[in-house]
Amino acid sequence: MAEDISPVLSVKDLKVVFSTRKGEVHAVNTINFDLNSGELLGVVGESGSGKSVTMMSLLGLLPSPPARINGGTVSFEGKDLLHVNPNEIRKIRGGKIGFIFQDPMTSLNPVFSVGFQIMEPLKKHMGLTGRKAQDRALELLELVGIPDPKKRFKDYPHQFSGGMRQRVMIAIALACDPKLLIADEPTTALDVTIQAQILELVRDLRKKLGMAIIWITHDLGVIAGIATRVIVMYAGQIVEQANVEELFANPQHPYTKALIGTIPAVRGERAKRLNSIRGQAPTTLKEPHFCSFHPRCDFAFDKCTSINPQLIEQRKNHLVACHLFEDKGVAVG
Amino acid sequence: MADHQPENEPLVEVRDLKVYFPVLAGVLRRKVGEVKAVDKVSLDIMKGETLGLVGESGCGKTTTGRAILRLNDITDGTVRIKGKYIHKSSLKEIRKIRPTMQMIFQDPQESLNPRMTVSAIISEPLTEHQDLSKKEREERVFDLMDSVGLNRDFATRYPHEFSGGQRQRIGIARALALNPELIVCDEPIAALDVSIQAQVVNLLEDLQEERNLTYLFISHDLGMVRHIATRVAVMYLGQIVEIGKSESLYSSPLHPYTEALLSAVPEADPEIERTRKAIVLSGDVPSPANPPEGCNFCNRCPKAFDICHKVEPTLTEIEPGRFVSCHLYNG
Ligand SMILES: Nc1ncnc2c1ncn2[C@@H]1O[C@H](COP(=O)(O)OP(=O)(O)OP(=O)(O)O)[C@@H](O)[C@H]1O
Ligand SMILES: Nc1ncnc2c1ncn2[C@@H]1O[C@H](COP(=O)(O)OP(=O)(O)O)[C@@H](O)[C@H]1O
Ligand code: SF4
Ligand code: SF4
Ligand SMILES: [Mg+2]
Ligand SMILES: [Mg+2]
Repeated sequence: MAEDISPVLSVKDLKVVFSTRKGEVHAVNTINFDLNSGELLGVVGESGSGKSVTMMSLLGLLPSPPARINGGTVSFEGKDLLHVNPNEIRKIRGGKIGFIFQDPMTSLNPVFSVGFQIMEPLKKHMGLTGRKAQDRALELLELVGIPDPKKRFKDYPHQFSGGMRQRVMIAIALACDPKLLIADEPTTALDVTIQAQILELVRDLRKKLGMAIIWITHDLGVIAGIATRVIVMYAGQIVEQANVEELFANPQHPYTKALIGTIPAVRGERAKRLNSIRGQAPTTLKEPHFCSFHPRCDFAFDKCTSINPQLIEQRKNHLVACHLFEDKGVAVG
Repeated sequence: MADHQPENEPLVEVRDLKVYFPVLAGVLRRKVGEVKAVDKVSLDIMKGETLGLVGESGCGKTTTGRAILRLNDITDGTVRIKGKYIHKSSLKEIRKIRPTMQMIFQDPQESLNPRMTVSAIISEPLTEHQDLSKKEREERVFDLMDSVGLNRDFATRYPHEFSGGQRQRIGIARALALNPELIVCDEPIAALDVSIQAQVVNLLEDLQEERNLTYLFISHDLGMVRHIATRVAVMYLGQIVEIGKSESLYSSPLHPYTEALLSAVPEADPEIERTRKAIVLSGDVPSPANPPEGCNFCNRCPKAFDICHKVEPTLTEIEPGRFVSCHLYNG
């Protein structure tokens, strides 16, 4: 199989801070990752770990102020998305990069018909008008599995169920044949049977269309089912990164290990008592000169409170940011 | 609840419970129909057990829980707690038995008064129902804070100063204040991070053990329900479709809806995920204002046959302790 050598997306040393009443919050603190075409990169982490802020910054959607990009580059098709002008990012967003958010009701406009909203990016980014735009929109609705699209075309979002609205969002995101699709907790608000439908649809579309996908979720089950590679975030940093099988079979970072251990299985063996992680995630008010996980970590030692560990390739394609492993690898990024 | 042994005596007995909400329309707000939020639900909750209640959004879980505590009006049917019928009791009578039954909620943020200190929040039910001196009340609050793992120094702080997990502990402490026997836990972990969920569930298990509490545990997290529940009831469109011991229900679901629901849950294990085949249900859940004729599940059921579209199945005990409402098992 011919492989595209250069990544579709390359994020280098991304830092984002928010000014708040309590001081500057370092929401994203030196993030590095690449994404290759055809990959589905799963991003997991607790709420506040910086998943959404990372993706919003690539889309130029950060509210600024209070947000400020504090350094880094994001390369996409030879451009640095952090430094292109607002016009250009608007062209890319919804065009070459499609996106879906958690709550389809707030992302769809209640006063326009579903058909109108799918045609909008087609007009804006692809110059399609009239009949052509409508045909393509119907094709997209068909693609995401809306039954009887002709009949539903003029319906409004409130006339659709939650699952169908999320399908419409996916159709809009796919409208202009994006190279990259960013999905932020797209199934979190849905019931499991509806989630199963959406996940099946995404697996299917990925095979058909072959775009690169970033899928943010806090549900490790969803990650296990759809991701090819996984990034684990904690307190604004990537603490571990590996292929999906490797991550679940050989989790290395104490946080990842503990996280996988807290989830009760639906099948197989049933644990008598759940493993839990003590304490809670911190708010990062200063750039940390320590491991942010140390107050909750069972393995912490002196170095953990004085030096922030770097993300290091510890096994092939398996990166870990933890002092326990530092002697064994080489720093990357 | 691995080690905890529930008693074989029902604390709660619900029979043919109906909660209908009127659908109003027009300028005169005339009643034009009914939402059958809970429709002929029968279940027992044994002393000391955790009954899990699962099902998709809007199927009537919360309404069932609230009706049992008489926080909702009951349209029809009976509710008996400790042998005493309460579905028709007056508000004054309900107030008297209120201490025995409490509720904890999904969003600890919304259920705690932001202008009250932690200590005031926890002692509110004590002030209302018991005659304690200030000193006694303070002692009691500290005891409760200890038992849910909250630092006593937090007593004078306000809810917004706490994380979601800590707020849920405050809610639990308040629910425990009057030494209840039954606690309805409505999605108590849904708003919490994965790493905090386990803390709260372990706490609930410990408290149950110590105080012989009975839980109705409402959740859409099927893994967590399997972990905590002694028995599980599955709801669909206002009705219970299956009840059974947690282990047997998860390992061999009988009702086609239970089967589909469990098959749809992803497992945090890529190897299982590679081969797992979800039974993907077509269509959407019908509105409870307009349920289909016959079996409520017939428009989505992969196993539906002719009678399903005409006759409503009834919840029938098909093995000891296992109840299913489906024509496949009747006859
Ligand atoms: N006060 C009310 N007035 C009218 N309809 C209501 C009212 N409360 C609930 N309902 C309806 O009753 C049905 C059951 O609601 P309920 O809140 O019990 O569902 P649930 O299973 O708890 O759902 P979720 O998982 O979303 O919390 C829903 O269709 C809901 O819209
Ligand atoms: N508008 C904002 N103002 C201040 N802080 C913010 C804002 N948006 C996000 N943050 C902070 O940035 C951090 C990361 O948030 P986010 O990326 O949304 O997390 P998540 O991983 O849950 O998506 C959090 O500490 C959050 O409080
Ligand atoms: S660096 Fe130290 S505190 Fe951080 S995860 Fe590793 S062992 Fe734990
Ligand atoms: S009664 Fe018929 S439609 Fe209903 S669950 Fe059973 S087989 Fe399916
Ligand atoms: Mg987010
Ligand atoms: Mg509810």
